[in-house]
Amino acid sequence: MTQIPHISRAIPDRLESPLATALKSWEMLLIVVAIAIFIANSLASPYFLNPWSLSDATFNFTEKAIIALAMAMVIISGEIDLSVASIIALASTAMGFALQFGADAPTLAAIGILVGIACGAFNGLLVSGLGLPSIVVTIGTMSLFRGISYIVLGDQAFRGYPRDFAWFGQGYVWWVVSFEIVLFLALAIVFYVLLHRTNFGRAVFAIGNNPLAAQFSGIRIRRVKFVLFVLTGLTAGIASVLLTARLGSTRPSIASGWELEIVTMVVLGGVSILGGSGSIAGVVIAAFIMGLVTFGLGLLNVPGIVMSIFVGVMLIVVIALPVVARRLRERRAV
Amino acid sequence: MSIVLKHREMILVAAIGLLLALISMRFPAFLEPRNLVRVFDDTSILAMLALGQMLVILTRCIDLSMAANLALCGMVVAMLNAAFPGVPVPALIAGGMVLGASLGALNGVLVWKLNMPSIVVTLGTMTIFRGSIFLLSGGQWVNAHQMDDAFKALPRTVALGLPVSSWIAVAVIGLFLILMSRAPLGRAFYAVGVNPTASVYAGINVGRTRFFAFTVAGMVAGLAGYLWVARYAVAYVDIAGGFELQIIAACVIGGVSIAGGIGTVPGAVLGALFLGVVNNALPVINVSPFAQMAISGAVITVAVIFNARNERKKGRIILKRAQGEGAA
Repeated sequence: MTQIPHISRAIPDRLESPLATALKSWEMLLIVVAIAIFIANSLASPYFLNPWSLSDATFNFTEKAIIALAMAMVIISGEIDLSVASIIALASTAMGFALQFGADAPTLAAIGILVGIACGAFNGLLVSGLGLPSIVVTIGTMSLFRGISYIVLGDQAFRGYPRDFAWFGQGYVWWVVSFEIVLFLALAIVFYVLLHRTNFGRAVFAIGNNPLAAQFSGIRIRRVKFVLFVLTGLTAGIASVLLTARLGSTRPSIASGWELEIVTMVVLGGVSILGGSGSIAGVVIAAFIMGLVTFGLGLLNVPGIVMSIFVGVMLIVVIALPVVARRLRERRAV
Repeated sequence: MSIVLKHREMILVAAIGLLLALISMRFPAFLEPRNLVRVFDDTSILAMLALGQMLVILTRCIDLSMAANLALCGMVVAMLNAAFPGVPVPALIAGGMVLGASLGALNGVLVWKLNMPSIVVTLGTMTIFRGSIFLLSGGQWVNAHQMDDAFKALPRTVALGLPVSSWIAVAVIGLFLILMSRAPLGRAFYAVGVNPTASVYAGINVGRTRFFAFTVAGMVAGLAGYLWVARYAVAYVDIAGGFELQIIAACVIGGVSIAGGIGTVPGAVLGALFLGVVNNALPVINVSPFAQMAISGAVITVAVIFNARNERKKGRIILKRAQGEGAA
């Protein structure tokens, strides 16, 4: 019924210019939102526009953002990993355990990252080896990984990490530029190249768009998916090192609820939850937006749980707005 | 087909039986009727929620906001009871169910009218509902002494050998059995999940069917909200935190396929009972409460592996039977 007017509409003679496409892109919308939030923050609080507080603002989202980079690729391939926060807990517990035997800072970091990779490989094996749906597999391993931390720690905590280990989470590379943010930006470039500039990245998009066609065009779906879960585990391991070093202690409840914040970050960044589309640039900007919102609200003494309402509303509104806008345009065209 | 489905449920019954037998070898008291009633009563809330979640999963969606919905309805009901002690309990329950249904309908409208993926919608509403509890209560608890006795006593009142909360669960299970096998809407849930395109041609509105699934799931969450708050005699922001994943786990263990279209009422209930028996048995056999999370995680993972193998096997059997019928 409403479909007919679309057919009669003229087909354009040429494609839009690249500049026009870029200006209409999701990333542009995100940048505008980020700038608006930045301005609102600086008007709302006199403490916001200060290099040190801006630097502080980056700490509360870089660890999540690092995982979001790999999560974006997993979601683009049509899967999801809900166990990332539990991998952080398990990797952190392993580091704390090694600490009891006097491991030094580089060993601790290596252990954390290796445990992350191992957990990711376990997920990958279940998803690609046995062909199970990732959402239920990772709901299971989510309880399993954090559960092991609870068995080891109970209501106790590991403390007493060495001073040079703390640098990973608290250190500054230059003036106000922290190690965490430098690492995040470096990883963002690595993931950008991996997703948008390599055959592997094309394979990820192909699998997300049409797994069957991808298989027929010779893409080893299982291997790609396995690698994606290992990558997610790897980034969770890295995040675990950073977070443990920043907090200076390990509790089994560390990073609880992060999986949903990370998925929110990825979806806000324009990655389709159904797979097949998205960009690393969008995820990076979305990470900054979430960081700015939570930090700005924090400066205004808004409690964390109220912030989560903002994040939830933002998630729904940002996804719903383009749909509503398109509907309105279509109605006008008719 | 029905033979295979029954087969799947028989396996679950056998697994629960085996579990009970193993526990009773060392702790015979666990098998006493009084204790079994207690275990069932303890699981009744999870079983009801699993049924609501099953509807949503059948239609190829997922509802991550059920536990937050439960907590919000529970808090509202508890605050109403604390503020107006005169209001009769059935009215409060009805109010909780209406509120739960409208919160579920909100999810449903976003999925139906805006075509948004359910996982995104309910991820968002989950945090919004939780946050709203904080805004409503100001972070305060509603404690046992603020609730009146009738409010707290109803779920625990024993009638005909079972507590009222168990009877409510039995009634809900009965209603779901009728809905899923005798009502057009119940059949529509299956149709939408098995093949959305074919459902459209069969005259089923896919979006509206999903809307109803979310609304019913929300209504169940509202009812469970009252039962939870009254049973534990306390309401605060974080009640049932993380419970949404337990609900989904119960469905998965019960053989509800996350891809939609497959799942039965007895299956979901048995899945919940299996988790309930495991959770109740752990303290009895002296396993540290800290081990509970890892064990339920392992159970879920094993169940998922088991289910996937079952689903694959079923495909083959259908094919064989179809061929056999063709030859005959």
